[in-house]
Amino acid sequence: MKCTEFLAILDDVIDESIAAQTRAEIEVHLRKCGHCEVVLDTTRKTIEIYRCHEIYELPSEVSERLHNAIMERCKKAK
Amino acid sequence: MSTIQPVAGQSEQHPDVALVERVRAGDLSAYDTLVRKYERQLFRISQHITQNREDAEDVMQDAFLKAYEKLDQFQGNSKFYTWLVRIAVNESLMRLRKRRTGKMVSIDDNIETEEGSMPRDFADWAPNPEQNYNQAELAEILRKTIQGLPEGFRLVFALRDVEGLSTEETAETLGLSVPAVKSRLLRARLQLRERLTRYFKKTTPAVASRVNGAEA
Repeated sequence: MKCTEFLAILDDVIDESIAAQTRAEIEVHLRKCGHCEVVLDTTRKTIEIYRCHEIYELPSEVSERLHNAIMERCKKAK
Repeated sequence: MSTIQPVAGQSEQHPDVALVERVRAGDLSAYDTLVRKYERQLFRISQHITQNREDAEDVMQDAFLKAYEKLDQFQGNSKFYTWLVRIAVNESLMRLRKRRTGKMVSIDDNIETEEGSMPRDFADWAPNPEQNYNQAELAEILRKTIQGLPEGFRLVFALRDVEGLSTEETAETLGLSVPAVKSRLLRARLQLRERLTRYFKKTTPAVASRVNGAEA
């Protein structure tokens, strides 16, 4: 397996939708290629960091105000 | 009153289906439950698109109201949440269009770039790199980085990776094909990785590898 072939299926590797045969080829490639190993590892961390950290916070008092406004508008709508 | 058909192939009914049925029967408290369940997600998605807090607040309210008014049009062949997200995405794009004085806005804007399709920086990250920043600094780095992505990439990443929609749901929500979602997702992930590497890479590789070696 070449680096370009690995990159082409990087998403499937991350999402773990890879056939067993291909997985074995990937493991062989990663043992030899430090660059691809870093790309895989840091791409996984990129997704993880965005999943774990709230970048657009909605403080509870704002959330409550918006929630009440929505429900008021819905009451009037029907 | 029409009834919701269960999603084909799903043996268990999603709890939202019962709530939607109750709302259709006139029970507003069931809609209150649905709003509470999804208001944060809708706010985040709207903010990802509009990149403006006030717009995101307005979009979130408008999207929930529109969903309530159009609930009879919800057929139940997709999840209620996916249907709701599609409304919020459309409302957000309309809001952007207004702000850009009527210029058409689509999720295809600015995606004709090859940037980030091939990794260039192969530096490994420091262990737990987020610990080198306080919460506010880290949020700012993550915001700035994702805001730098073209709209069409940012949105696919936000829906698929942050909000947890499946590839198929993301495609349905954005009106894209599955291969288009996959291609954009890969490029979004690679571009974000590349940009975050500037902040998170090991600053003193020699020292770090000695420390790692000692720990191993």
